Amino acid sequence: MQAMLLIYSDEKAWAARSQEEKGAIYGAYMAYTAALKEAGALISGDPLQPSMTAHTVRVAAGAPQVLDGPYAETKEQLAGYYLIEVEDMQAALRWAARCPGATHGVMEVRPVMVMGPPPG
Amino acid sequence: MTAAVLAAERAAREGYGRLLAFLLARGAGLAAAEDALADAFAAALAAWSSSGVPEKPEAWLLTAARRRLLDGHRRAATAGAALPEMLRSAEEAADPDDPDRLPDHRLALLLACAAEEVEQAARAPLMLQCVLGLDAARIASAFLVSPSAMGQRLVRAKRRLAAGGGRFALPGRAEVAARLPAALEAIYAAYAAGAADPADGGALAGEAVWLARLSAALAPEEPEAAGLAALLLHLEARRQAARDGAGRYVPLSAQDPVRWNAPMQAEAERLLRAAGALGRPGRFQWEAAVQSVHAARRVTGRTDWPAIRLLYDALLAATGSPVVAVNRAVAVAETEGAPAGLAALHAAAADARLAEYQPYWAALAALAARAGDAPAAEAARQRAAGLATDPALRAFLLRSGGPHCDARAMEC
Repeated sequence: MQAMLLIYSDEKAWAARSQEEKGAIYGAYMAYTAALKEAGALISGDPLQPSMTAHTVRVAAGAPQVLDGPYAETKEQLAGYYLIEVEDMQAALRWAARCPGATHGVMEVRPVMVMGPPPG
Repeated sequence: MTAAVLAAERAAREGYGRLLAFLLARGAGLAAAEDALADAFAAALAAWSSSGVPEKPEAWLLTAARRRLLDGHRRAATAGAALPEMLRSAEEAADPDDPDRLPDHRLALLLACAAEEVEQAARAPLMLQCVLGLDAARIASAFLVSPSAMGQRLVRAKRRLAAGGGRFALPGRAEVAARLPAALEAIYAAYAAGAADPADGGALAGEAVWLARLSAALAPEEPEAAGLAALLLHLEARRQAARDGAGRYVPLSAQDPVRWNAPMQAEAERLLRAAGALGRPGRFQWEAAVQSVHAARRVTGRTDWPAIRLLYDALLAATGSPVVAVNRAVAVAETEGAPAGLAALHAAAADARLAEYQPYWAALAALAARAGDAPAAEAARQRAAGLATDPALRAFLLRSGGPHCDARAMEC
């Protein structure tokens, strides 16, 4: 199955970290990403720019509306993601627990919906 | 938690397990018996924490459970008509050797939790729930599943147990011997899960140690029960020392023996001697003996690696376990040098289960570094760090200088 690991983290707390602390966490992410890759579990994954760079778009009454900022204002912001291929949910949770994001933030694990073949 | 609260909780769990096992041995259904005791147990946890443990904890629990059954007529239908009568008769069924207590049927309950019909992944959680009264949510995180999934797993296990006829009466000695290994295996799994879950301060690991002690006391003719208790006590005695004052990970080889829990180690040694006297060695006794060799460093100032090597040889021959093979390779490196250790480790790597086994990569990093293969050491160190769940261990692996070789694999 495919699972989406969403990393939520407090951007303010992140900004307050020293360069040394950030460096250590980056190092941990590099090791984690490599381990996912070596295990053949990694499909894709990247960090995201801070939520202040986000825009939201919706089409209301036929007219597109673009707003500054993320969709939801929350204490922790979506900071990155991994899309992985694993045996089952238990394996997905195991990888989520290994992610440095589980330590400096919180991980949301969502199974990807499997769509049938396209019509026609 | 204060000492008084801990004592209250311990007494309540002790009483709960004894009562539940007693009712089941008398033929009560598992669901009905749990239902009858749940409120009394919750009340005991609350009341005893503030007012102290009563003189006769089980009588207190029984009275509370009976009152609850009488109060709630709506419950009578589900709880089974026989239950009030059983609770009443329990008050008269004191243990002849210990008139304040009920006869102890918990060994039968432990065996039932590890019965064939219960799926393997449910056995340890089932024990923690039935024998100690822990709730599904508290058990769940240690086993890295959601509380709802753990709840379902437990319900399913209980249903299977009921369908299998639920053998809750204490079997004969031969059957105890035949069924005990599965129960000990489950207790070991509970300890491993608890020790890997530092979130709750290792409380679950402590509960597993308690289950192992209980098994050793209830099955004194079975040396492996005492062996497991000795093993877990040794591991538990060192758990605090695996962190320094700043919360950083400290590998076994760098631990100061002064920080090990000496009374726990002494208890482990007593148990291991008692097991050895029965003259039937086995997996848990050998593993406990390995930890006993490590513990001896407190007195001798050194680690007798040739002894550890011999014990792992025996363990590998008996179990064929890849985890044992990794630990043995470390011992081979200590006795014959890093290249021989690496060769043993490479032989073990044929087992695909090691691909995601963090201690394997940590051991590979350590041995490759010692053998002078810096690039292989670095790659293995990164891989180990990427697989680590414990942030302190991950930080340790990522810190410059690389990992030390140690027997941490034992604890995972």
